[in-house]
Amino acid sequence: MMKKLRRMVQIAFTIATNGYAYGFLHGKIYQGSLKYACVPGLNCYSCPGAIGSCPLGALQALFNQQGFQVPFAVLGVFFLFGSLLGRFVCGWLCPFGLVQDLLYKIPLFSKRKRLPFHQQLKFGKYISLALFVGLGSMFLWKGFAKVPAFCKYLCPSGTLLGAVPLLAANPLLRSQAGGLFFWKLSLLFTILILSVKVYRPFCQYLCPLGAIYGWFNRFSLVQVHWEEESCIMCRTCEKACPLALSVKEISTSPECIRCKKCIEACPEKCLHLTLSGKSSASKPQTSFAKCTGQEIKSGDKER
Amino acid sequence: MHFWKTCKLPLKRFGKLPAWLWGTVLGLFFLVLGSFYGQFDVLWRKAVMICMECIGIG
Repeated sequence: MMKKLRRMVQIAFTIATNGYAYGFLHGKIYQGSLKYACVPGLNCYSCPGAIGSCPLGALQALFNQQGFQVPFAVLGVFFLFGSLLGRFVCGWLCPFGLVQDLLYKIPLFSKRKRLPFHQQLKFGKYISLALFVGLGSMFLWKGFAKVPAFCKYLCPSGTLLGAVPLLAANPLLRSQAGGLFFWKLSLLFTILILSVKVYRPFCQYLCPLGAIYGWFNRFSLVQVHWEEESCIMCRTCEKACPLALSVKEISTSPECIRCKKCIEACPEKCLHLTLSGKSSASKPQTSFAKCTGQEIKSGDKER
Repeated sequence: MHFWKTCKLPLKRFGKLPAWLWGTVLGLFFLVLGSFYGQFDVLWRKAVMICMECIGIG
C-alpha cells in the first residue's frame, strides 16, 4: 500500500514539475515566471517539460557570476526543503530517483544493495559537491565565462531529461552534439545500466543534492522514529532497507531516503514515519511484556 | 571523521524551539535575502535559456 503511495507521489510530482508538453513537442523550454522557483529534486531546467529550476543548476549559476556572492536564494531553498523534509525529497520527490527505482525493478541481473567498497565510495557525493558544484563552478573558466562543472561533466539528469528530448526534437541542436555530449551520454548509460543491478547508485555515490539533504536528515521535521525499547533486534528492517542500513542508523543516517520499507517490514511496529520524532501511533506493548505476559510500568522502563 | 559518519551535530533542539523550525526560518530569511540581492533574476535568466553545458553541447 505504502509502496504504491510512494510510487504514485513520485510519478505525480515528476509529471507536475515536468508538465510543459509544448516543450517536448517543439524542442523548446518553458520560459515563464514559475522558473523563478526551484524544485526540491534533481530536475534539469533545460528539460523541455520543466516548469521550475534545478537547485544545483541554480547554485552553480550564482557561483558562475562575476565576483563571489553568497548564494542566499539557493541556500534558502536547501534550508527550507532540508529542514522540513531532509532526504524524504530523494525518496519521494526526485525524478531521477524515480528513474533509478524503476530500473531496479527490471528482473535482469542479480540485485545488489551496495557496490563493493561502499564505505569509501559513499563519500563520492561529498567530493562531487565540493569539487564540481563548489570549486569547479567558482574557479573553472572557459574563455571569459565560468563553467557549471557539475552540469557540464557529471549530471545525468541533464542528459536524460534535457539533452535527449531536446536533441530528439531540435535538429539544430542535434547537429552541434560532439565529444562532450557523448561523454555525458556514456556516463548516463553507465549509471542507468548500473541502476538495474544496484539500488540507486547515483544517489548513493554521486549526487551532491543527496549530500546536502543528508546533512538535514538528523533534525528535519519528517523523521523515522525508532522505539528502541520495543525493538527485538530481529534485523527484518535491515533486510528490507534497500540501502542496507541497520536499525540504529535508519533514524539518523544521512543515507536514509525515508522510503518506509523498514516501517512496513517491522513485525513489532517499532519504526514510524513521524513529524519531528513524535510518534502519533499508539505505543505497542514491549516484546518483553509480550513474552512474559506482564505489562511494564512506565517508571520501571525509565529505570 | 565522526561527523561524516554519523552527522551527529547537537542540532536536535536550539533553545525551546526544535532545530527544524530554526532551519525553516533561516531558509525563509535566506530566500528574502536572495530576493533582496536580485539573485532570483539571475536564476530565472539562466533557467529560461537552454543550458548548453547541461545538454552536453557548451
